[in-house]
Amino acid sequence: MTIEELIALVPLLVVASISVILMLVVSFVRHHRLISLITLAGFIAAGIMVFQSMGQPAIQITPLIILDDFSRFFIVMTCFASVPAVLLAYDYLRRSEDLKEEYYMLLSLAVLGAVVLAASNHFASFFIGVELLSVSLFAMVGYMVHGEHKRVSTLEASIKYMILSGVSSSFLLFGVALIYLNFGVLTFEGIQQKILNGTLNGYGMMGIAMLLIGVGFKLSWVPFHMWTPDVYEGAPVPVTAFLATISKVIVFALGLRFLHESGALGLFNVQAALAFIGVLSMLVGNGLALMQDNLKRLLAYSSIAHFGYLIIALIAASSASATNKALAMEAVGFYLVAYVVTTWVAFGALSALSQPEHGIEAENLKDYRGLFWQRPWLAAIFSVALLSLAGVPLTAGFIAKFYVFAAGASYTLWFLLGILIISSAIGLYYYLKVIMEMCKPAEDENDFQKAAIPFENKLILLVMTAFVLYLGISPQALIESLNSAIKVLM
Amino acid sequence: MLVLWLIVVLFVGGVLAGLAERVHAAASRWVTLATLVVSAILLWPLACAQPQAFESVAGQSGWLAVLQWEWIPRFGITFLLAVDGISVLLIALTIFLGFIALLSAWEEIQTRVGFFYFNFLWTLAGVVGIFAALDLFLFFIFWEIMLIPMFFIIVIWGHEDRYYAALKFFIYTQASSLLLLLSMIALVFLNWQQSGEISFSWFDLLGTKTEGVFGLLLMLGFFVAFLVKLPGVPVHNWLPDAHTQAPTPGSVILAGILLKTGAYGLLRFIVPLFPEAALAFTPYALIIAVVSVLYAAKMAFAQNDMKRLIAYSSISHMGFVTLGVFSWNALALQGTLLQMIAHGLSSAGLFAMAGAIQHRLHTRALSEMGGMWSQAPRMAAIAMFFAIAALGLPGLGNFVGEFLVLLGSFQMHPIAAILAALGMILAPVYALYLLQKSFLGEQSDTFSAHSASLFEFKAREVLMMGLLIFGLILMGFFPRLLTEYSDVALNSLQALGWGP
Repeated sequence: MTIEELIALVPLLVVASISVILMLVVSFVRHHRLISLITLAGFIAAGIMVFQSMGQPAIQITPLIILDDFSRFFIVMTCFASVPAVLLAYDYLRRSEDLKEEYYMLLSLAVLGAVVLAASNHFASFFIGVELLSVSLFAMVGYMVHGEHKRVSTLEASIKYMILSGVSSSFLLFGVALIYLNFGVLTFEGIQQKILNGTLNGYGMMGIAMLLIGVGFKLSWVPFHMWTPDVYEGAPVPVTAFLATISKVIVFALGLRFLHESGALGLFNVQAALAFIGVLSMLVGNGLALMQDNLKRLLAYSSIAHFGYLIIALIAASSASATNKALAMEAVGFYLVAYVVTTWVAFGALSALSQPEHGIEAENLKDYRGLFWQRPWLAAIFSVALLSLAGVPLTAGFIAKFYVFAAGASYTLWFLLGILIISSAIGLYYYLKVIMEMCKPAEDENDFQKAAIPFENKLILLVMTAFVLYLGISPQALIESLNSAIKVLM
Repeated sequence: MLVLWLIVVLFVGGVLAGLAERVHAAASRWVTLATLVVSAILLWPLACAQPQAFESVAGQSGWLAVLQWEWIPRFGITFLLAVDGISVLLIALTIFLGFIALLSAWEEIQTRVGFFYFNFLWTLAGVVGIFAALDLFLFFIFWEIMLIPMFFIIVIWGHEDRYYAALKFFIYTQASSLLLLLSMIALVFLNWQQSGEISFSWFDLLGTKTEGVFGLLLMLGFFVAFLVKLPGVPVHNWLPDAHTQAPTPGSVILAGILLKTGAYGLLRFIVPLFPEAALAFTPYALIIAVVSVLYAAKMAFAQNDMKRLIAYSSISHMGFVTLGVFSWNALALQGTLLQMIAHGLSSAGLFAMAGAIQHRLHTRALSEMGGMWSQAPRMAAIAMFFAIAALGLPGLGNFVGEFLVLLGSFQMHPIAAILAALGMILAPVYALYLLQKSFLGEQSDTFSAHSASLFEFKAREVLMMGLLIFGLILMGFFPRLLTEYSDVALNSLQALGWGP
């Protein structure tokens, strides 16, 4: 390993070292604030370092890790999008009776997994990243099991997630094995060579299918979505938010890189399977969300639908024309960013009304009745998030949807776009239902809406809402950095 | 720049009106009034522009106040505002009806006053933006932006079934506007392939070759979105609910202005951008127009709810707009524009009347009304005026519009014109039915509980109605005032698509 490679690797090492440092610190002093600050500083430092190196030439460090602008973009996003995860968790844990410090170790390990995934172009690092991420996550999902006011559903959610994660990992592993059997290589680019040479046979195809299934579990594509609503509901809000944003987005980014670099995206079978999954995810996700009165479950189904929309851009990325391909990849990138910031706003609002000290979260629709009159700003911010998820202009979600339309139209995916229109119309119903609930006259006494909102939570809400509006009104800056990020893939 | 200022003033005024509530409950109204006055003053120089002030943009003459800023260069999206004679007239209508709606809201809106006027002015700002935006992306943004405040107006201040109505309104329009967005993008890509430049500017897209089935499908995407807003018959279902459940000022804005955005879209986009496809589609569009006119008129007659009746009459009247646009004829186009403005005034009057009655009787059911004439003669006379305006009495604005549309379309499609003219027989049936059920006949029990002095129109309401009556009479006797103004714009539009 040369010194340049080592320098390039520093941000990853920083993230990796957070958990070690935390372990050392905890063995001397248990200080919640200190621990959270160390975690925070680590994420921000790593994020800034990678951000500074944007635009530099790509570096392959060992066969496992690649640092090009694409991975840098997603590492920066992971690091900065983990900041609210720390802040929300700090506030949540401070108010609950559980052991606090270990949570941050799990979180930093999960982020490490995400960072490795973002920088992986080899099946070994792919698998390591996925396992790091999901093993930490199922501990995080079941974290709040102590104390008087523990949430009962937490453990159930954790076990559910663990089992399904295990299943999906075994699919991944088997898929990797079959691919190795067919091609004899484990790098994404090596596979492309083999596919171009025509060495793809039934084993390889099977392997790719298994990989899609494994990834489908992580992204909760229909029909692999069963775990999502239960886990979203059972996990504490900060963990749900982390699960909904970073863990999904990074897996999708990696999926894009794999499908693109290996050339598997060009295969008709893969496109057909993706289109099938996409249609199902859009319709089933939005359709089942209609019936939810629990906001966390509603957001779970909504995220299923959103990853269905993303499939349209993903398929369009197989276009032969370079401009259209670039457009589709930008669409994926923009959508992921818009989805992350919007989801943080939504969960930030959920958390603002929750009371972990009593083991209660503001997850029922009726908890929001009259919020516009009790807390107008919070209600307005939450409405912005919902409208952005629904894809209404001046929000990030609209530009993202616009991008998906543009990408789909450039690849003439009219049928999928038709489904997108239908399912968006269905989706509007439940987003509006929440907004209407907030508009209804307030009921006599609602404890949820009275408690003061902690500073950290306000900060997240304000910053992320500003991002949602900024990206919706003036998206050009993000488009340009996305442009340079995807250039390395072209 | 003037148009931009106009929009900015309305947006900022909305925020100020929202904040003013904290100072004093009534302050919001005055801030709103001041905002509308300022925007009227800003509009004045545009309305008085001399012919030499008109600019030529990309070979199209007759434009005022052109403003183009770079916005999202990745997609060739610019912040492009410009107005021609048509837009100025419609913006003037918007501001004018803004005053009317404000007057009708003055006493009706008592709760959450600040938030109401915030939404109110933002809706107006969105509508002005629609009439002024000539970048398709910008147009779409305004198209959507006006929905959200309107949604809040219905949800928060509406009547008994408001949640259902608001949801229906939003989903109908939003689903169809996604279709519009898709068609816009596809059109832009088509133009990109042909010209090598990506642009969302209306002027650049005019030259796109949109023949064949693909062009027809694109046109249908636009057409459906505008037809929903207009509304035309198969997709009109949201309107009776939304108009009925909205508070009075909401109904006035919905019927008077929001419907005109659909008509404006038909006029501005369908034929100029897709001349061949629109020509091929003409027979079907005419069927839709005629069915809208007749079916909605028949439905209006069957209603017991006063606002529903008026809502259906709106659908019937807007059928003439579709007829006019697809008549491929200069007379019909002029008639279309006049019909839009006249219907804006008369339906605003009718909804304000319905609102005033509901405010007093707490019911909209015609079966519970009757015999109000003797108690409230002033109100009754005004109601009479709007009823006969709606039925198309010569000398009033609506007659001019419908007559010109029929005259123009008769030259091109006599059968459609003859069938649509039957609407002018059905209109008196429901308009007079409305009048008979409410103001004539035997005095009802609901009504006798009120003393006459409480019932009669107050000065504010007489002023509001007087303004509308003045506008309708002026239009009826001197339509030349308006057509002179819009001639240049209509002619250049016609040259784009309808041909000589």
